[in-house]
Amino acid sequence: MSQRQPRIEGIAAPLPRANIDTDQIIPKVHLISVTRDGLGDGLFSEWRYGPGGGVIADFVLNRDPWRRAAILVAGPNFGCGSSREHAVWALQDFGLRAVVAPSFASIFYENAFKNGFAPVIVGEADAARLAAIAQDFPLDPVVIDLERGRVRAAEGFDCAFEMDASRRRDLIEGLDEIGASLLLSPRIEAFREADRLRRPWVYRATG
Amino acid sequence: MAPRTLFQKIWDDHHVAELEGGRHLVAVDRHVLHEVTSPQAFAGLEKAGRAVRHPELTFATNDHIVSTDVARTDATVPGGETMIKAMRRNAHAHGIQLFDLGDVRQGIVHVIAPELAIALPGVTLACGDSHTSTVGALGALAWGIGTSEVEHILATQCAILTRPKTMRVTFSGTAPAFVGAKDFILALIARIGTAGATGYAVEYAGEAIAALSVEERMTVCNMSVEAGARMGLMAPDEKVFAYLQGRAYAPKGEAWNHALAYWRTLPSDPGATYDAQIAIDVSQLSPQVSWGTSPEQTIGVEDAIPHPDSFDDPVRRRAAERALDYIGLRPGERLAGLAVQKVFIGSCTNSRLADLRAAARIVAGRKVADGVRALVVPGSGTVRAAAEAEGLDRIFRDAGFEWRHAGCSMCAGLNADKVGAGERCIATSNRNFEGRQGPGARTHLASPVMAAAAAVTGRIADRRMLQELSS
Ligand code: SF4
Repeated sequence: MSQRQPRIEGIAAPLPRANIDTDQIIPKVHLISVTRDGLGDGLFSEWRYGPGGGVIADFVLNRDPWRRAAILVAGPNFGCGSSREHAVWALQDFGLRAVVAPSFASIFYENAFKNGFAPVIVGEADAARLAAIAQDFPLDPVVIDLERGRVRAAEGFDCAFEMDASRRRDLIEGLDEIGASLLLSPRIEAFREADRLRRPWVYRATG
Repeated sequence: MAPRTLFQKIWDDHHVAELEGGRHLVAVDRHVLHEVTSPQAFAGLEKAGRAVRHPELTFATNDHIVSTDVARTDATVPGGETMIKAMRRNAHAHGIQLFDLGDVRQGIVHVIAPELAIALPGVTLACGDSHTSTVGALGALAWGIGTSEVEHILATQCAILTRPKTMRVTFSGTAPAFVGAKDFILALIARIGTAGATGYAVEYAGEAIAALSVEERMTVCNMSVEAGARMGLMAPDEKVFAYLQGRAYAPKGEAWNHALAYWRTLPSDPGATYDAQIAIDVSQLSPQVSWGTSPEQTIGVEDAIPHPDSFDDPVRRRAAERALDYIGLRPGERLAGLAVQKVFIGSCTNSRLADLRAAARIVAGRKVADGVRALVVPGSGTVRAAAEAEGLDRIFRDAGFEWRHAGCSMCAGLNADKVGAGERCIATSNRNFEGRQGPGARTHLASPVMAAAAAVTGRIADRRMLQELSS
């Protein structure tokens, strides 16, 4: 990411279901690809389209204005199941930039940051209230203030969210994790050298 | 030094640097790749002009999208061939050992990693797949990652991890007949929920685990992620060492003795503490079968399906309502006696020789029931060959099962092996999500014994039926 992103602001779509798994977020037919692009069409495709391909009109992301949502408000344990990073890529390709939920599955949570996508944890009651506000006041933008660590919305909704300060900074500044780790190469090499003496058998099994 | 857990010992021996925000740079000893989650990682690596840091510690296979047809070629679902060829090209271009179609060592990542002794006690192993914890049964610290992390490990041979908390799950008692590893782990997930172990590395312990074979232990570790944990592991013991000795990539000669001495220091020290503890008495369990669309929606086969109103939490109540609607069942119904149209014996959870033997014992001398399509998909070419050597393939084929080549197959429904809309499938795999085995597919997770019994009777069996089938 090249641009600073101090806040994420936009329409929020309510999808307050528990355990939304990555098989639902991006059904497997869309995984058959060697690139990251164009996955937005497949986002929640089994909920968005009927068996014959017809649009399911009342699914939230098929409705105005939520089809233009930047934020999804979901139930607990969002992103459980398969490790497919395609789930994050699909959410992003659709135009979403954040999910607000009471909890996330671990792998999804990590995958999100690696793509500059914000997994925002708020309390169960706040998530439920935010979903209701997103439902009732769809045109009022929801703001995820990454600098202050707060979520604001219509009706005076204003709550803190849980995210480590360094994670928030990574989202704001953009992140080149591999580049950062490569700067630690001397330490990595020192570790390997010592480890080769300690556990030589690990290094013998070479392909 | 204070008493340490198995997890802590492996962590300490791989810790490279502390980063910000509670994250750590951890050395990865073994990195395993497959065709679905790696192409974008190689593309990213090459675009940045970076090299694979340790190709000799990296291994690859084609498993997810491949056809499991006996006469298979690269041809599979549209687009799949491109992924298989990309894996081949990437492995070749970067000097990575690939277990490809046509090689007997090809198979599901989590089946071949232990079988070839790529996974070893005390190593760290990462793979772009959430069931990587399977090999924790050898005493390895193994976890699933996304594609960006695959790229990170390719470039650095290190991973970034938030240090998990530790949980010990103790399985005590002696398992009754027809209750085994799959039932242990399903019962745990039913008890603590699919997020019950989120943020934890789970150590499975207790006499019931010690009594399992190494292959059966892999079934338990495999489904850690269905309880929310990225890592599940067990203390390596003599069974593990005997399992590993002589395998393809196991240390040999002096290195073996050196390794063995190290491995024996790995089990948790007496008095080591955990952040959470759970105990399950397996003598009280009955065969477990899932009734819903989340692995936590699981009950004993003779129990009544719970009423959604019995869940206090409104979100779980709605989830139960939705699941029952999708799966076509009502509260109070029992799973025993329910007719099935598909039977799938396979997946990284239950496709090893021990699983096929257990299923074959039920199937021997019987026929697959009318109207049922039953598949056995061995987890690897090695498993397939070993099963054929002892005649298991004949038992399955004579009964009317399809005897397939190794791959993920009907677990993920990524290749052509799918369950039709509205069809009911008893599956030995690990996920019963909506649409997992195909749009509208209704999946019931269970053990190989339960799947075999359903294949020959056409119905989900209760214990009395199992008794009859095995006498
Ligand atoms: S068998 Fe199923 S769960 Fe296991 S790696 Fe393959 S798709 Fe994933």
